[in-house]
Amino acid sequence: MSKWTHRHLVDLHDLSREDIEMIFESANSFREVNTRDVKKVPTLRGKSVICLFFEPSTRTRVSFELAAKRLSADTINISGSSSSLTKGETILDTAKNLEAMNVDLLIVRHPVAGIPRVLADNCKAGIINGGDGMRAHPSQALLDMYTIQERFGKIDGLHVGIVGDILHSRVARSNIVGLLKMGAKVSVCGPATLMPPGIESYGVDVVESVDDLIKEVDVLMLLRLQKERQKQKYLASVNEYSTVWGVNEKRLEAAKKEILIMHPGPTNRGVELSGDVADGGHSVILNQVTNGIAIRMAILYLLSTVRDEGLVSTQ
Amino acid sequence: MDKDQIRRAVTRIAHEIIEANKGTDDLCLIGIRTRGVALAERINKSIEEIEGAALPMGILDITLYRDDLTRIDTNPVVRETSIDFDIHDKKIVLVDDVLYTGRTIRSALNAINDYGRPAKIQLAVLIDRGHRELPIKADYVGKNIPTAKNENVKVTMSETDDKEDQVTVKRGKTS
Repeated sequence: MSKWTHRHLVDLHDLSREDIEMIFESANSFREVNTRDVKKVPTLRGKSVICLFFEPSTRTRVSFELAAKRLSADTINISGSSSSLTKGETILDTAKNLEAMNVDLLIVRHPVAGIPRVLADNCKAGIINGGDGMRAHPSQALLDMYTIQERFGKIDGLHVGIVGDILHSRVARSNIVGLLKMGAKVSVCGPATLMPPGIESYGVDVVESVDDLIKEVDVLMLLRLQKERQKQKYLASVNEYSTVWGVNEKRLEAAKKEILIMHPGPTNRGVELSGDVADGGHSVILNQVTNGIAIRMAILYLLSTVRDEGLVSTQ
Repeated sequence: MDKDQIRRAVTRIAHEIIEANKGTDDLCLIGIRTRGVALAERINKSIEEIEGAALPMGILDITLYRDDLTRIDTNPVVRETSIDFDIHDKKIVLVDDVLYTGRTIRSALNAINDYGRPAKIQLAVLIDRGHRELPIKADYVGKNIPTAKNENVKVTMSETDDKEDQVTVKRGKTS
């Protein structure tokens, strides 16, 4: 039987296929806990978990917090604007100070890529990457893959299409890494201005048109158009984006019958996808959210029960 | 203990459960993973042969309730619990293969508590090997095997181990 050896979760690059399967297997039992009347088990009693978020978040933060609370850990939330960082303290000092209070796990979201890695390399507390810049969002990719596995019973051999703003998307990057590791074929599709140069080097295909992609794939993952980043004129207009890249019922007519529509949220209805697709029979957007708690419970459980001996570095 | 002795013990436990509870009304079985589940299935089959109807059966994984999660040397894989009936006001027979310190049963009692308030919980085990560390006692016992703490009681069952049914006591590290 494989053994969990990671103290931190920074990037899916660090995990093996067996590690990911172990997270899924643990998540199965936590999913059952979430359907009980008493949604709480005593497993992480006495552990302290801090969410340190320097970017806005509803889903990820609430999901991690609920996951920790349902495992009976104590949780504290710190947002960037209310912390001592506004007084000039570095994030590493902040983390070290929290660690000095014997905190067991730190969940970090930061606009700068690489911050969670720096913390992981310098802290004794377990570091979970809750999203860093455009780089990685491992827990989101894990819950996305878990949702695919739940529906198809496998990931190996499936074809997954990712559509939209690939350039700014840490969700896309982590999903690409994870899905390829699990044996899926991944194609990406989106406006040329939002397609990172050299993306093929990840091992993905670039497809020019959404209509061509829809016909081929088992899973269609739509990314949020990050409107806050559109001041830099990546697009002619949001309307044009939705006409060329948005998915609606009409476009879906060409798709396979059992296609899954996924979105990491928050959705811009009428931009990446129409309301009827978001609420339609192919959409598993809310299943993703439900599974998110089980996956994060599995991550918290595995990271906090890891043993000192036999540890491997996060690299 | 060989295959036939195990079979007879299971049949006797089934009879005792029915007799002690004056029938099978409100009775249900919950097996503790892994071998407790196989054992509970066998007891249930025996009860079905005697009374004509099987009991509702659940599966319990106690990993999340262990008191030694941070002490044992590998982190155990959590597996699914499935109790898909309402346990409120039911008479539950908890089933496990070996009763030793009683800590597994303590975890199981806590877990069941999170699913509701049963009228009664009883305990059936194939082997009672002694050395209790908690005030816990089995209601139905296949066989009492006095052991030393440095001995290891190994139960193999055809469902879980791909080997013929057997109970052996070996010297060595305690499990």
